[in-house]
Amino acid sequence: MAAVIAYDDVAVGTELPAQSFPVTRDTLVRYAGASGDFNPIHWNERFAREVGLPDVIAHGMFTMASAVRVVTDWTGDPGAVVEYGVRFTKPVVVPDDGTGALIEVSAKVAAKLDDAARTVRVDLTATSAGQKVLGMSRAVVRLA
Amino acid sequence: MPLDQSFVGRVYPPTPPYEVGREKIREFAEAVGDANPAYTDPEAAKAFGHPDVIAPPTFVFAIAFKAAGQVVDDPQLGLDYSRVVHGDQRFVHTRPVRAGDRLSVTTSIESVKSLAGNDVLEVRGEVYEESGEHVVTTYIKLVARAPEKES
Repeated sequence: MAAVIAYDDVAVGTELPAQSFPVTRDTLVRYAGASGDFNPIHWNERFAREVGLPDVIAHGMFTMASAVRVVTDWTGDPGAVVEYGVRFTKPVVVPDDGTGALIEVSAKVAAKLDDAARTVRVDLTATSAGQKVLGMSRAVVRLA
Repeated sequence: MPLDQSFVGRVYPPTPPYEVGREKIREFAEAVGDANPAYTDPEAAKAFGHPDVIAPPTFVFAIAFKAAGQVVDDPQLGLDYSRVVHGDQRFVHTRPVRAGDRLSVTTSIESVKSLAGNDVLEVRGEVYEESGEHVVTTYIKLVARAPEKES
């Protein structure tokens, strides 16, 4: 079984279902453990402020991993993602206020790349607190 | 002092293999709140045509970034890591990373640029399975901010 979205059924401009991902300090501690990235800017408010950040910030790689879920939940098979790249434009600031932050992700098909390989380019938009947190966020996806 | 352009193309020795375990993939998927069964259920992964559970598309970053430490810590290059932020990240997959893979990374310096006083270093990681099969290429762009001037 390949990806459940058929190449012939999508067009340039097809929108993927948008999603929002909540992020709290707990999320960041968990991601630090799983990824091995223990940089204190992702869990220690005192340290984050000392290096000039407004507060603890999410791992860029956490934001990147969250955003691509809009693509992998769409295709079903995460192996359909052939290429994926982002620019980290603004940090996701995660206050310790019981609510944290929200990463809002939308995506649409920007180009049909190769009829034989059934690949499309999906452009993603990720914002948090009204700020764009990822730039040049693009995935190349192989469809069924 | 800007980084030396002559380091472009420098290749570092391949890393010892990292063995990808099913439970490490599960831990990572849970940490990003991703319940896709292809990450945890071998049967679900097989239904998509994969021989075992696969890892999320960004899972390999930790392995590639550790390998990139050879560049970051290269005393000849002289990168000031205290000023470094992660600028861009890109993955180009030949196939998904999956449980049972023994992955080795060959790191090289893809580009060195100076932009507005910042050093921009792009590090490429070619990730191979022990069998010799290419799995993924990673591009990590690191930006070393210019030292702040006293005002």
